[in-house]
Amino acid sequence: MSDPTLFQYVLGLADDQLVLGHRLSQWTGRAPILEEELALGNIALDLIGQARGLYQYAGALEGAGRDEDALAYHRDARGYLNLTLVEQPNGDFAQTIARQLFYTAMALPFWQAMTASTDQRLAAVAAKAEKETAYHLRHATEWTARLGDGTDESHRRMQAAINQLWAFTGELFEMIAAEAGLAAAGIAPDRKTLRAAWDRTIDATLSDASLTRPDDSWMAEGGRDGLHGEDLGHMLAEMQSLQRMHPGLQW
Amino acid sequence: MYAQGLINASGDPNAAETPEQLARFQARIDAEEKIEARDWMPAAYRKTLIRQISQHAHSEIIGMQPEGNWVTRAPSLRRKASLLAKVQDEGGHGLYLYAAAETLGISREEMQDQLLSGAAKYSSIFNYPTLTWADIGAIGWLVDGAAIMNQIPLCRCSYGPYARAMVRVCKEESFHQRQGYEIMTTLAQGAPEQKAMAQDALNRWWTPSVMMFGPPDTDSVHSDQSMTWKIKRFTNDALRQRFVDATVPQADYLGLTIPDPECKWNDVTQHYDIGPLDWDDFWKVVKGGGPMNRQRIAARQKADDDGAWVREAALAYAAKRSTQQEAAE
Repeated sequence: MSDPTLFQYVLGLADDQLVLGHRLSQWTGRAPILEEELALGNIALDLIGQARGLYQYAGALEGAGRDEDALAYHRDARGYLNLTLVEQPNGDFAQTIARQLFYTAMALPFWQAMTASTDQRLAAVAAKAEKETAYHLRHATEWTARLGDGTDESHRRMQAAINQLWAFTGELFEMIAAEAGLAAAGIAPDRKTLRAAWDRTIDATLSDASLTRPDDSWMAEGGRDGLHGEDLGHMLAEMQSLQRMHPGLQW
Repeated sequence: MYAQGLINASGDPNAAETPEQLARFQARIDAEEKIEARDWMPAAYRKTLIRQISQHAHSEIIGMQPEGNWVTRAPSLRRKASLLAKVQDEGGHGLYLYAAAETLGISREEMQDQLLSGAAKYSSIFNYPTLTWADIGAIGWLVDGAAIMNQIPLCRCSYGPYARAMVRVCKEESFHQRQGYEIMTTLAQGAPEQKAMAQDALNRWWTPSVMMFGPPDTDSVHSDQSMTWKIKRFTNDALRQRFVDATVPQADYLGLTIPDPECKWNDVTQHYDIGPLDWDDFWKVVKGGGPMNRQRIAARQKADDDGAWVREAALAYAAKRSTQQEAAE
């Protein structure tokens, strides 16, 4: 393997996009309005597209002949390296929107910084992802405003979603040991530098939506080490079922 | 509402239509002129189109369910992305078709209520379940294939907004059909269990697909008038034959068997013959007796109920913002 550190890093990024994309795809046929059926599907497609580019790169870095499907369909939850935020179940529409808001408010400055990466492949993924993520963030902030400042019920649900998912936001800015080296080499953005932009987006969005920013308390961690909640295993069991039942076939 | 205004603009739809009006209208149809939303049209023409376009839109929306059933289990990332894109295209078709029907003076909400209450129908093919991954291939190949046969002539339908919506729909459908056939090809050329899965899917989807063209011409209630109005260009049986003739050689190429022992080439007619179809079973499924009728409507009802608070919030928010804007001006 050329660089195991970079492989692990790229794999974690791919898992973030796939897990979130898969979660959004679970809305198919269940969205509150037809236009949202299309919007959530679009975002899911963007994320799955980003994941594929990253898995292909990870497979090349590993050099062990694993392609995008081997990486996505033949690892169990302990092998998945995504942030725990993205694996949280869809819940009601407010919870899905809160998860989108928290993730994309980080992802936009992340991909913007990544476009300057010294790694050409990552810079190329970032150039596309940056444009897509700008739209995802607009979608999330607009819905946060509508739900936060809509009816009493939508306000209550949106605030509950913000409160519930807040504990998964600390991990967005944690650097795993390997990541610091990649940041120093100009390959990966330093996640700590993304925090200010994220705070600005979140504070402005919540205040515009008459929502309250929760106090920091317990924060989840461990996603990058494959330590997840219980929901991810079920999600993967469903996603991987055909590949697992008929190993080694082409579909 | 503007749609209501349309009905008023064209006169009371219940007022007697004079023979002169009807003759002028038919002359326009015969001259292949497109009828547009603001033009005068017989009440029955309007009603027929509302029924047909809204059923078509509902079919797109309900059709998202059997395929959506495999989005989370698609066996590769490429298949997952293309299935998700396909289901999303169907939602998009539903949107344009609802918009085309709205030009005739009915709202999307009214049409959706008709779907949920059972007053409006959708294509009965979606009352069958998708049991294996091969069903996703079979739906693309057969169901979208049959839909294209039906829909290409609709691009020349006399009602302009419907005809224009169909141009875009047909482009996407033909892409879906190729995608479905490609799934079937991969399975048919794959491992024995994959080929068996493909044959099983063909066995279950063949007859319902052939029935998608509707009852035989001898029993088709709406056919004659729709042909005169050029809403419909070909009869059910003519389109069915065209589908069979196109599809049987495709099955041969895949090495799969059409599940009809009477299906064979006829040298005299230069077409494929097929065995008799069980139309009693077709009507049973249309009238609610299919394996998935209740689940399809229940799932739509649940999405509608679960989303009610979101739609209310969006309306309340829009109203608040417009009040604030007015106050600021």
